Amino acid sequence: MHGKGLRTLALLTALTLTAAYALVFFWTPNEADQGFVQKIFYLHVPMAIVALCGFVAGGVAGLMYLRTRDGKWDLRAYVAIHLSQILACGVLITGAIWAKASWGHWWLWDEPMLVSFLIVFLLYATYQVLRFSIEDRERQARYASVFAVVAGAFVPINFAVVRMAQSYVHPRTLGTTTGGMPGEMMLTFLIALVGMALLFVTLWKYEMASKSAGAQVRALRLRLLGDDDALPRRSAAPML
Amino acid sequence: MPALPLDEAGKYVAAAYLVFLALLLIYVAIMSGRLSRLERDLTELNRELTERDEQRARDPEHVA
Repeated sequence: MHGKGLRTLALLTALTLTAAYALVFFWTPNEADQGFVQKIFYLHVPMAIVALCGFVAGGVAGLMYLRTRDGKWDLRAYVAIHLSQILACGVLITGAIWAKASWGHWWLWDEPMLVSFLIVFLLYATYQVLRFSIEDRERQARYASVFAVVAGAFVPINFAVVRMAQSYVHPRTLGTTTGGMPGEMMLTFLIALVGMALLFVTLWKYEMASKSAGAQVRALRLRLLGDDDALPRRSAAPML
Repeated sequence: MPALPLDEAGKYVAAAYLVFLALLLIYVAIMSGRLSRLERDLTELNRELTERDEQRARDPEHVA
């Protein structure tokens, strides 16, 4: 029943994101230091926050699977991590574009924030490989859940450590060291953040509904026709 | 580094937002492919069930 309320949620997401990016370009003032380039901030930072929260949510779902052994929690973790990986990919690309425009370099290896995010991204890139390498469904779900919990715990710890570390270049968002943002910027940022979070939830529900429908079709096929093709093949994605 | 002029900065900002849009569109395209496959499976399932029902109607004694 993941498709329930999906249309309303999709409309709300479209509305919030449109409003946020309309505010970015037509209402929010340009930042004094970086000028127009700083507009990337309203896309890059909400995407990064939502991606990291998605990884943590995947960890929580993994923990729930380990507690309940209900395959739905494994699927929830899988979809959350999968979507977070897509967003993280967007964060790395938009970050590189922003870096080139503001610092003159696509990437700086001595920037803890950039390198730590890349480490998190590469860590989660192994999640799919881990899943695919295990054929037995129950074992796959168990191992993937342990991975999701450990990696999910690593994400906030890593983020906190990096924020505490001294940084020379990367700006601090919502930090107190460089002062707060002006009201218009903060409001726009918060709307963009809500929009990005809604987008994540919408896509999560959409993919859950799609996977759930696929599982129901397979079960129906197996039950009615006894078709061997309906049996789950080796895949990284969980099968309900 | 000093702030880039608007014409220069605009390219970077547009590129960043286009990356986001492209990622979103690729995701939707992949999901629509999956949805089409699901629809095809359902159509096939429906057809096979109809054939089975017709066979049963023709030969009521031979029930699977």
